[in-house]
Amino acid sequence: MVAAFKQAFAEKPFVVTAEVGPPKGTDVSEMIEHIDLLKDKVDGLNVTDNQSSVMRISSLAVCRMIVDRGGEPILQLTCRDRNRLALQSELLSAWVLGVRSVLCLTGDYISVGDHPQAKPVFDLDSVQLLQTVGLMNNGKDLAGNDMKGPTGFFAGAVVTPEADPIEPQMLKFEKKIAAGAQFIQTQAIYDLDNFKRFMEQARRHNVKIMAGIVLLVSAGMARYMNKNVPGIFVPDDLLDEMAGAPKEKRLETGIRIAGRMIKQLREEQVCDGVHIMAIGKESCVPDILKAAE
Amino acid sequence: MSKDNAVQPFEPKVVAYCCTYCAYTAGDLAGSMRLEYAPNVRVVKILCTGKVDAILLLRAFEDGADAVYVAGCAIGDCHFLEGNLRAIQTVAYTKKRLAEIGLEPERLEFFHVPASDGPGFADAANEMTRRAKTLGPNPLRKSITQAAGRKLAKESDEHPPLPEAVLGKLIHHSERTTVG
Amino acid sequence: MIVAERKPLEQVEAMIDGFERILVVGCGTCVAVCMAGGEKEVELFAAELRMKGKLDGKQRTIDEITITRQCDMEYLEQLAKYVDDYDAIVSTACGAGVQFLAERYDEKLVLPALNTRFIGVAEGAGVWSQRCMACSDCVLDQTGGICPMTICAKNLLNGPCGGTDHGKCEVDGEKDCAWTLIYRKLEKIGRLDTMRKIQPPKDYSLMTTPGKYTHEAFKETQAEDEE
Ligand code: SF4
Ligand code: SF4
Repeated sequence: MVAAFKQAFAEKPFVVTAEVGPPKGTDVSEMIEHIDLLKDKVDGLNVTDNQSSVMRISSLAVCRMIVDRGGEPILQLTCRDRNRLALQSELLSAWVLGVRSVLCLTGDYISVGDHPQAKPVFDLDSVQLLQTVGLMNNGKDLAGNDMKGPTGFFAGAVVTPEADPIEPQMLKFEKKIAAGAQFIQTQAIYDLDNFKRFMEQARRHNVKIMAGIVLLVSAGMARYMNKNVPGIFVPDDLLDEMAGAPKEKRLETGIRIAGRMIKQLREEQVCDGVHIMAIGKESCVPDILKAAE
Repeated sequence: MSKDNAVQPFEPKVVAYCCTYCAYTAGDLAGSMRLEYAPNVRVVKILCTGKVDAILLLRAFEDGADAVYVAGCAIGDCHFLEGNLRAIQTVAYTKKRLAEIGLEPERLEFFHVPASDGPGFADAANEMTRRAKTLGPNPLRKSITQAAGRKLAKESDEHPPLPEAVLGKLIHHSERTTVG
Repeated sequence: MIVAERKPLEQVEAMIDGFERILVVGCGTCVAVCMAGGEKEVELFAAELRMKGKLDGKQRTIDEITITRQCDMEYLEQLAKYVDDYDAIVSTACGAGVQFLAERYDEKLVLPALNTRFIGVAEGAGVWSQRCMACSDCVLDQTGGICPMTICAKNLLNGPCGGTDHGKCEVDGEKDCAWTLIYRKLEKIGRLDTMRKIQPPKDYSLMTTPGKYTHEAFKETQAEDEE
């Protein structure tokens, strides 16, 4: 019953997961291609939950599709769209459908997405959601009722190592671990020195850390993220490297950078693994992995 | 709405709220300089343009003024430091109310007229008269067929008054306790 | 206090379309302070309605009165001798006041002239901001006097989300992140330990609407009941 993803941490020095973004609409052919392409190359496929508050197929449905295709899914669960009833029910459903790992998130705010008029829920926060998973793993629900059959989730959470200010972020990071997070996935990191500093603190806790790797596709994208995505910082040397690449080599350069970072993280044993987010370019993940060899 | 009226020449009524320290003095100066300016302007002397509120301006229009303006000191010269700044805000706000009602906001304006600026006073008067003439008479001047609103007097509270509130006074814990 | 803003004139116009005698009733408490529906605002608003009616060629009388409060029956009582003269009453109170006025004069059409926004404070001249969403279980003791339910768009109780951007909130870059403020404040007063505690989920049953509350002193005690 142990999640293959959890098992991977025991068996391997360096664990790799990749992100799968469910589509908006019923045509899943492309996503299935990606799942089939990646499922044997990584230790887990992490399925987003209405990512960026944009309505899509649910994370749970796609997790089950991954199970059916012999892959290892990680369910992302945000507090944005569900109250505590729906969250717990989703967790039970995930368990019976064969999902063994869950990533607990607060979720982006509604206004950044495509239904900005929707009612935001945020009944629980990520720390409380982690606690809820812990309760359910012990056969109880959040209200203290006994359940017929517990779950046994391997639960994780996220952290933003480049958050500004960092102190409250680190405080919450500690609370997440206290609430039962066993693995932590980070927001995209680009500056390894900063990340190493973060790891010095993180290493004090008994938790697996997966560094977030987001594939750069252009210097423009990097600049955009620096400006608009809180907690992402692409240092100048990477910006220059991307900008210096000719148009047809840009993607290749991005892949090379991602591969190089993964390689360094692995060889220097900075963290326990990486989580690759190749937003819209999932087919490049094998190339990134190759570049990391 | 008043384009047809605009064709026929008419003598507009223009109301000017003038600050006693600057614009009003400038008006005197304009007089002694024998400057000619539109005779349509009715000057209302006020202590400070900061005193002007939206209702005062709106009332002038309701009572039939074709154009209204507020003339105050230059920025930084207000006798009460920022009365003119407030008046600028009030005029801008009232213009929005006029638009909401359906009157042209250009019928209302704020002017800086320092005490020494006789010609400036005349310019403001001429400008607003010109605007009123182009826009035509205030449509609210048309004969009134409806009863005007009235303000109902509020009767004093029937209940005996509560003990007077002591606002803004810090009452120390010790004042509430008796030391035995 | 309750902060409200006036509805666009157009909207109120549409509500009163067809009525000839209208009474605008102001409220002298919260909405007077936030310059939305006190005596002065009623005066301005009534003038606007009159002028607009006249421009549109409507037969219409707009009268005005402002009472101390519309959320207290005793003040609403003062209107009894007037309301019969009107086809419609436009209230410039907050939503609660409008409802109470409508309840007291239940044969009258009572219309709202304001949009009620929030419970807030005056940040500066003419600027108000929300500070409390009446959660019925105040946690300000834990958060250095800064409300995580209200100031944090996601009502987070255990620390910031990943969206904090240079101390600003991901939802609105103009607004401070509640949890940056809370952290700084707790740090300043040496109480960061309270932030390290995991706060349990909020009890939303307390916020079930409509809320009702009876002051202790006015509750009939068990003993009195038994007597
Ligand atoms: S915690 Fe916030 S919302 Fe709740 S009562 Fe206190 S200030 Fe109001
Ligand atoms: S950025 Fe701060 S205030 Fe905004 S939602 Fe996140 S934690 Fe709340």
